[in-house]
Amino acid sequence: MFRVFLMSLSVQNLWLIPALPLAAAAIGALTPRTGRALAAGAAITAMAGAFILSCLALVGALAEPAAHQVFNFAWFDLGHGALRLGLLLDPLTAFMGVMVTFVSLLIFIFSTGYMKDDANYKQFFCFLSLFASAMLGLLVANSLLLLFVCWELVGLASYLLIGFWFHKPAAAAAAKKAFITTRIGDLGFLLGILWLQDTQGTLLFYDGGHGILESAALANLAHLLPCGLAASTAIGLLIFCGAIGKSGQFPLHVWLPDAMEGPTPVSALIHAATMVAAGVFLMARVYPLMAADQGLANVPVHALTVVACIGAITALMGALIAVAQNDIKRILAFSTVSQLGYMMLAIGVGSWTAAIFHLLTHAFFKALLFLGAGSVIHAAHHEQDIRRLGGLRPKMKVTFATFAIGMMALAGVPFLFSGFWSKEAILHAAHEWNVSSLPLYAGLAAVVLTALYMTRLVAEVFFGAARTAEADHAHENSPAMTMPLVLLALCAVLLGFLGTPAFPWLQARLLGDSEVHGHSLLEGSGLMRVSIVLVALGLGAGWALYGRRPRARAESPDPLAARAPRLIAALASRLGFDELYAATVGRLSSGFATFCAFLEIYVWDGAVRFLAGLGELSGLVSRENDEQGFNAGFNSASESLRKTSTAYSKAQSGDAHGYLRTLALGFVLLLIIVILGGAR
Amino acid sequence: MNLPLLSLLIFTPWAGALLLFVLRRGLSAGLARALPVVFSASTLILGSLALGRFDPAVTGMQLSENQPWITALNVHYHLGLDGLSLLLVLLTGVISPLALFASTRSVRNPAIHGALFLLLQGSALGVFLALDFFPWFVFWELSLVPAFFLIKLWGGPGATRAAYQFVIYTIGGSAFLLLGFAALYAAAGTFDFTELAALTHSGALAGKLGGGFWPQAAFLGVLLGLAVKVPLFPFHAWLPPAYAEAPTGTSMFLTGVMSKMGAYGFLRILWPIFPAPLHAAAGPLLWLALGGVVFSAFAAMKQTDLKRMVAYSSINHLSYCLLALFAVAASGPANPAATTAALSGTILQLFNHGLSAAALFFCIGVLESRASGLRRLGDFGGVRRAAPVFAGLCGISLFSSLGLPGLNGFVGEFLIFRGVFGLAPWTAAVATLGLLATALFLLTFWQRVFHGPAAGAGVNFRDLDAGDLIALVPLIALMFALGIFPQLLTGLINPLITAWAATLP
Repeated sequence: MFRVFLMSLSVQNLWLIPALPLAAAAIGALTPRTGRALAAGAAITAMAGAFILSCLALVGALAEPAAHQVFNFAWFDLGHGALRLGLLLDPLTAFMGVMVTFVSLLIFIFSTGYMKDDANYKQFFCFLSLFASAMLGLLVANSLLLLFVCWELVGLASYLLIGFWFHKPAAAAAAKKAFITTRIGDLGFLLGILWLQDTQGTLLFYDGGHGILESAALANLAHLLPCGLAASTAIGLLIFCGAIGKSGQFPLHVWLPDAMEGPTPVSALIHAATMVAAGVFLMARVYPLMAADQGLANVPVHALTVVACIGAITALMGALIAVAQNDIKRILAFSTVSQLGYMMLAIGVGSWTAAIFHLLTHAFFKALLFLGAGSVIHAAHHEQDIRRLGGLRPKMKVTFATFAIGMMALAGVPFLFSGFWSKEAILHAAHEWNVSSLPLYAGLAAVVLTALYMTRLVAEVFFGAARTAEADHAHENSPAMTMPLVLLALCAVLLGFLGTPAFPWLQARLLGDSEVHGHSLLEGSGLMRVSIVLVALGLGAGWALYGRRPRARAESPDPLAARAPRLIAALASRLGFDELYAATVGRLSSGFATFCAFLEIYVWDGAVRFLAGLGELSGLVSRENDEQGFNAGFNSASESLRKTSTAYSKAQSGDAHGYLRTLALGFVLLLIIVILGGAR
Repeated sequence: MNLPLLSLLIFTPWAGALLLFVLRRGLSAGLARALPVVFSASTLILGSLALGRFDPAVTGMQLSENQPWITALNVHYHLGLDGLSLLLVLLTGVISPLALFASTRSVRNPAIHGALFLLLQGSALGVFLALDFFPWFVFWELSLVPAFFLIKLWGGPGATRAAYQFVIYTIGGSAFLLLGFAALYAAAGTFDFTELAALTHSGALAGKLGGGFWPQAAFLGVLLGLAVKVPLFPFHAWLPPAYAEAPTGTSMFLTGVMSKMGAYGFLRILWPIFPAPLHAAAGPLLWLALGGVVFSAFAAMKQTDLKRMVAYSSINHLSYCLLALFAVAASGPANPAATTAALSGTILQLFNHGLSAAALFFCIGVLESRASGLRRLGDFGGVRRAAPVFAGLCGISLFSSLGLPGLNGFVGEFLIFRGVFGLAPWTAAVATLGLLATALFLLTFWQRVFHGPAAGAGVNFRDLDAGDLIALVPLIALMFALGIFPQLLTGLINPLITAWAATLP
């Protein structure tokens, strides 16, 4: 009589997934500083629970991949109706949920080792849980407003975690920079939300035909604005502003590299599972809205075209800058910028499934790379400069092996590694885009660069001889830190096979197809051959420059910098974006603030003095009214006001008691006037 | 039992003030500190009773008390309460005891201080409950006297000048308010707000006021009086010195409760009685409110005195309320959904700003008391290391003030922006600059004071003690509760606002 239940999580209970880590965060917040094991235990247990629930939700979503299962509820009364929020379960939510919970869980476990000597250990787990919870809330939201709420909470948690070592001024500054930069983008996002709410009357994504992503609503937005854009284009681009900020896209990418000031597990979380993934997810979620203007011919620009261009610029720029960085985490940070550019590019050229595929594979191998970097940094006594490392391969075998897998996945080494397949999907989509070939070329150029800088990173850190005492003393870390690396490495390989062109299962499920239509790998494989050649080119060049003759001393010149010193110097200074912004936006806002403060002191305060004089005269008005009779009208009052104003100005003694006397007197007079006036 | 609940609300604090004043020499030190808080807390208890009897579905006045007072003048002692008044009464009930408790622990001469504070509290409640201009104006003006002495006698070094400026500026405004109402009274023969509004609604008032200049003049007088009180930019210059020089508890009350009186006047008096002139003037007023949002937020960025910074932030927050109100007044009934959102947001913002600004002034008071009076941005550093609990709670207050979702401030600001965007989109777009600047200076506050290496007065900073927690934790708890369940407030006001939106001219 045994019946096997393949349980699944229904959409009504989806709130449990973010609620579990939120509860862990509350526990972490309320335990005293000594409750280290409790805080970490609660965080890890809750995340494991959330992972299991996410898997159950995935089962439920895959049972009906085409359906958007929703559960909407009222948040509060507003006018004749209510402001409604909702939960949403579809394959996009479910796949993302499994990835976020799994990667977060491994990062949490890694953190128990990495942070074990930190005095604020329990607070760290509290913030990590909050971060993951906000991200999960964002995934399950069926309302742009609820998504925005969680979006801002993701920003808060990243602020707290980037500035976790708050006693370091650089960390505190980086945290603020991240919050403010992303908030600039969020203002656009907010305006987009307001616009949608105003025209559509709702912010629910799916609501039985009335949601903002459903065809009736999208048809509402096809009209042209006075500027020539379609309404949906303008709204889409405003929402895209939020994604630009959150996902580190050009021109708001400047916060992401600075976010390295946080502890390394935080970097892993930001760069893989949470935060930056949010922007790409948002674009995938609102893709129907972004693509709503595609059918319109006579508009100056389509929303997706802008997305594709921003993505292409970001992909190329990030890869270029990464070539010239020396901090291990900074190289990885710019590689994230570049990879996020690929994802945006994919969305822009119309293949959001390729973007999500790359988002998922990237999450695993980038978490792997960051945790690997954390393992290196932890072992090498917090040395992060790749020139001052070296020779770690024999000392840290597990870290090296797993890091190498992550590196090959990121570089897109063919066939075995997941990054190859997902990047291939993006390049393929860019190739088929009929608006412009430039995104494709930018993507291909970034392929070479990616392979180059990753080879450089691995060669400098793991090969050659140890160049400093820190690197010399390094040794492999505890299993709490290496076990997550191994698991992530496995995923960095296996995940690619979910979406190969021969069997694009993931893409099909995301699109809601129950059947998978693949084609032979050889069919139309010209592009793939090109990209394989480019990867080989990058790897070869990297090895030739950095691997063949490893750097002897930490101070030795960089071979690439020796060949193109000015280019590398410009790239090393990150193309001067920070300086440019400080000189323009920074100056402008500071100057405007100074102007406002000047007005406060010299102009508006002058108005106080003026009006203080008028206040004095008010007593006069009352008295004159009394003398001339209440109903004599204002004209006579103002006339007598003129006569005696000179005398009254002498009463401006500055003596507060005097004023109070006047005040009391005026008050009594006032009563008399009114009573007499009324009695008459 | 038919208690005159609203009279009790107003006069219990006054009775306490009288008692304290009479007994000022006979009281033990402990009693002199405890009694004011007890009397102050009466508002919360009686306010909860009123909440229990309040029916949100009724959009008119409830629990009314109406007695002829000066028959010759047709002056009535008329009190009443709707959702708006109730919310502000509850806010007073939450903020006042905490503010009094926060200052009474250390203040000199606590009996007199408590008496003045209770006098102030009762006056504010009178303003929120009176429905006849005569008693209303008495309460309105009477509130200035205790506020003046609280600032002058217990305030900082610049207190005398600040108190003088505060009183004179406000009285200057009130004089015009009085003249405006004198004109109204002369025309209509009544001081009753509801009757005046009804006369306006039927169109009779305009006829009685005579043509031409008179309706505008009366409107301008009332507008000016209220504009100074809110304050509407650029009539705000009295506010930063007054808030900055006042002692902590008084700052909390000024920003938490008293700053709501002006906005309340706009909603209760100006808008119902002068809808047509307000509609005509709303365009320029909208620009002024927008100026308040943007200019005060940017001016706050350049303040080094933390109290002045938060004072400018208060102007910014209240300007959002006026922005929404003027947007509604300017647009008329064109977009009812946006109108409801804007008005709901305004009222929520009044309540939420009361909580977060009071909490911030309390936190600055903590900084001040631990650093023997220092409260400049550069006087501290790394406080979070020595005082993590204080850093956490102050941080929550800061994020509540900058409108972080999940905390109370977000809901009101979102609704205001949602409404204003529907009514005047470009205004909403420009106003987002205020949001950005607010984030900038509040995070600068947190970063400079709490982060970095321990420096200045931040070295060996003493964390919050039990008394501090008693004052701060209720505010923080409310921030979370109202951020997650805004229905707690909107449930009380939504029918009222829906009715307002439906009767727009």
